[in-house]
Amino acid sequence: MNIHTRADAPAGLSPQEEFLNELFDKGVLFDSGVDGLYGRSGAFEDVIKAFDHLVTRYGKQDAATSIHFPPGIARPLFEKSGYMKSFPQLAGTVHSFMGGDADHCTLLAELEAGQDWTGQQEATDIVLTPAACYPLYPTVAKRGPLPPEGRLYDLQSYCFRHEPSKDPARMQMFRMREYVRIGTPEQVRAFRETWLERGQEMMASLGVPLKVDVANDPFFGRAGRMLANNQRDTGLKFELLIPVTSEEKPTACLSFNYHQDHFGSLWNIPTADGSVAHTACVGFGMERVALALFKHHGCDAAKWPEAVRQVLWP
Amino acid sequence: MTDRIRAILDQAAKLPVSANTLADDADLHEAGLTSFASVQLMLALEDAFDIEFPERMLNRRTFATIRSIETAVTELTRAAA
Repeated sequence: MNIHTRADAPAGLSPQEEFLNELFDKGVLFDSGVDGLYGRSGAFEDVIKAFDHLVTRYGKQDAATSIHFPPGIARPLFEKSGYMKSFPQLAGTVHSFMGGDADHCTLLAELEAGQDWTGQQEATDIVLTPAACYPLYPTVAKRGPLPPEGRLYDLQSYCFRHEPSKDPARMQMFRMREYVRIGTPEQVRAFRETWLERGQEMMASLGVPLKVDVANDPFFGRAGRMLANNQRDTGLKFELLIPVTSEEKPTACLSFNYHQDHFGSLWNIPTADGSVAHTACVGFGMERVALALFKHHGCDAAKWPEAVRQVLWP
Repeated sequence: MTDRIRAILDQAAKLPVSANTLADDADLHEAGLTSFASVQLMLALEDAFDIEFPERMLNRRTFATIRSIETAVTELTRAAA
């Protein structure tokens, strides 16, 4: 493994901060002043695009329906999704100023005085998308019962999660690509098995060390502890992990999730025979994969191993 | 105590069948106890028996059967007494 440590790194920096600083220094990412919110270089985006195409090559044979949602979801749908039950700490709502002249004066005075001015804003009908598949389920539900073969979707969206961190692999705004399978339990489980295999083959072809392990979502609070334990005990979530800034705590770059009938019953999606649809998804953390490649092969993609470049840019 | 647990199950666990039809050692997950409903059940039990489940008990095994719930609640109420 090719770990780049900076000889001149100030003492006391975590490996995450060191890597982040290196990415800034080499112009791969650009600092915004907020942890987890970064500009991306053209070279970084080239890697994201190449990986995106690689995923498409692996998934093409399944003929998924592609839908492009903006990075926001309608607030009533978000409220019904139950996201606030499980991840209230991660959600981001969009607020706007809706007042009149007097309120505007107050707002400007507060801004001028360096006070909190955001109280002058009100919640809009839009919530930032927390995971690419959230807008999908209500959209599918509107189409009525599934055909016998079920459905398969291909999604990609910028997502927001409020978890500021110095770890470049934990951004607050990042892209998630997903294939989402909706159908009978058998169809959905077979899909997840296929992608568990494919995902490992695909990532191994990029010359990065990886392992697959059982995982849980970061559910909130004591109730969340129980949900997380249940999720692990029943093997509902697996992650493909690649060491990026830590060998002990490798980064989840792909995840393979079986939701059972959670979304099917929440959104009322029936299968062809009228039973509740099951769902599963494979998610690709686009920035995380790019960061894993920059970490293991160096900050200059032109100098990456030829075999890896062949896979990304055939 | 199992009667009280059955009453709480009927109230909080949203099972497709009445808890009265379930034996003490019937698998509640197989009877339709979902992950989210088991959280509601856990909170309802805490309220009813004035206990707090410690982290080591926040798992499927604790809420697997009426008997396993009884064992956990008995242990916690005893510890509180």
